[in-house]
Amino acid sequence: MLPGGEAELTRGNISGVSGLTEARFISRSETLFVLNATSRWVYAGRLRIAEHGGERVADSSKGRVNRRKFLGSAAASAATLVTHPQVIRAQEAPAADHDHQVVPSDPALRVKALESLLVEKGMVDPAALDAVVDTYETKIGPRNGARIVARAWVDPAYRQRLLTDGTAAIAEFGYGGSQGEHMVVLENSPRVHNLVVCTLCSCYPWPVLGLPPTWYKSAPYRSRAVIDPRGVLREFGLELPGEVEVRVWDSTAELRYLVLPERPAGTENLGEDELAALVTRDSMVGVAKVAPPAAGGQA
Amino acid sequence: MNGIHDMGGMHGMGPVVPDPDEAPFHEPWEGRAWGLLRAMGPFRTGRRRNFRYEHEILPPVDYLRMRYYERFIHVLVGRLLEDGIITQTELDSGQPDAGSPRETPRLTPAMVAEQLARRGSMRRDDVQVPAGFQVGQRVRARNIHPVGHTRLPRYVRGREGAIVRDHGVFNLQDTDADGYSLGENPQHVYTVRFAARELWGDQAARQDAVFADLWEDYLERP
Repeated sequence: MLPGGEAELTRGNISGVSGLTEARFISRSETLFVLNATSRWVYAGRLRIAEHGGERVADSSKGRVNRRKFLGSAAASAATLVTHPQVIRAQEAPAADHDHQVVPSDPALRVKALESLLVEKGMVDPAALDAVVDTYETKIGPRNGARIVARAWVDPAYRQRLLTDGTAAIAEFGYGGSQGEHMVVLENSPRVHNLVVCTLCSCYPWPVLGLPPTWYKSAPYRSRAVIDPRGVLREFGLELPGEVEVRVWDSTAELRYLVLPERPAGTENLGEDELAALVTRDSMVGVAKVAPPAAGGQA
Repeated sequence: MNGIHDMGGMHGMGPVVPDPDEAPFHEPWEGRAWGLLRAMGPFRTGRRRNFRYEHEILPPVDYLRMRYYERFIHVLVGRLLEDGIITQTELDSGQPDAGSPRETPRLTPAMVAEQLARRGSMRRDDVQVPAGFQVGQRVRARNIHPVGHTRLPRYVRGREGAIVRDHGVFNLQDTDADGYSLGENPQHVYTVRFAARELWGDQAARQDAVFADLWEDYLERP
């Protein structure tokens, strides 16, 4: 049962938030966001939600929200709970709801509220955020790495420079900077297959591959790439012959790794740009091979 | 610390879910979170706690449950509160406190490209530190269990391998139990090759290997 009492939520004021029009309850017991009169989502405290007498009831557990006020006149209404159950992605509050499990879990709302506050305080220029997003969506990404790979395939001297001093050879294309300061390039061959992981975190060579994909940052990949690389590769659809040597590179320090995949057969007549178009991000992390153009270039 | 983040070798996390065409940001909020982190960096003052350590000390259940950029935003908010850059009241109300000074953004659109191109290298080409190990030499990762941030993953501790490359001198990144740096402590970083069977036993293929980049303090003579 809920500590500190239970109450239905009703439309009204929460701790000075007037003109409340909507409330959202976020995940298990944790967060209440309310939409105020200026259409701003604001964080209104932690909640506990439970079934009580056939109805869902909620209670703010957040000290800074005036609980009495909240309980007496607070957000939304039972009607919201009943008619829009989809906005309540809540589960029963666990019996031992530790105070340190404080993380609200509708990050979209939380980020929006934070951005709006920081803009109001004059600390953030939304256009700068647009520029950051645009940079990673259109300028920094695996197409950079693909150009490096294609050049290495057609230019043996470049390939040699790349394998000897990855950072300098990559800088020939103008790529470098944050998370690409110390680059090591690993060459795949019919005998050796290299695979890159960061078991402790999500280290990844941004200037040539962009931001890491979700699977790279995920627990399944980080946990198993080192102990069962062949099994992980199978999940990517790549079955390696038993005699191939698998080398897994755990990016534990400041070095960042780029895999130079094998050039596929049947590409002898292709130019550098056409070759680059075949090179996938996954092949440069080492979880895929580059497929020949007959297969559509998909690994 | 021996935390949930140190995942190498664990079982039970489920299958990998590949997504060859994944966009950099799945939803707009992820890009905004990433941008906020960069925009607010210049407002930090004083001693800085290790950013990664602030993720590592999350309760394991939260670490696993939270999405990647959600963890970032959690850490960012914690820092902003701790540094007094925002107040809890402001966070609750969504409005600046009465009388709080109006700042000027320290990241402008024009600065973004320059900031991302900046090298954040921890390498210390300016200091001479003798290398304690040579390429080809056998080494053992020390069986130590630091309580702060460390880059020595659990799965190599106590295991033997061989130095395959000396990358030069880098500042040690380890911290104390509060997440503060233990000092620059510049020393060599080596790539160490561990035979897969040394780490995982006979279930691993004989010829396979795992390579980890390790600071000199993490290593000893076998």
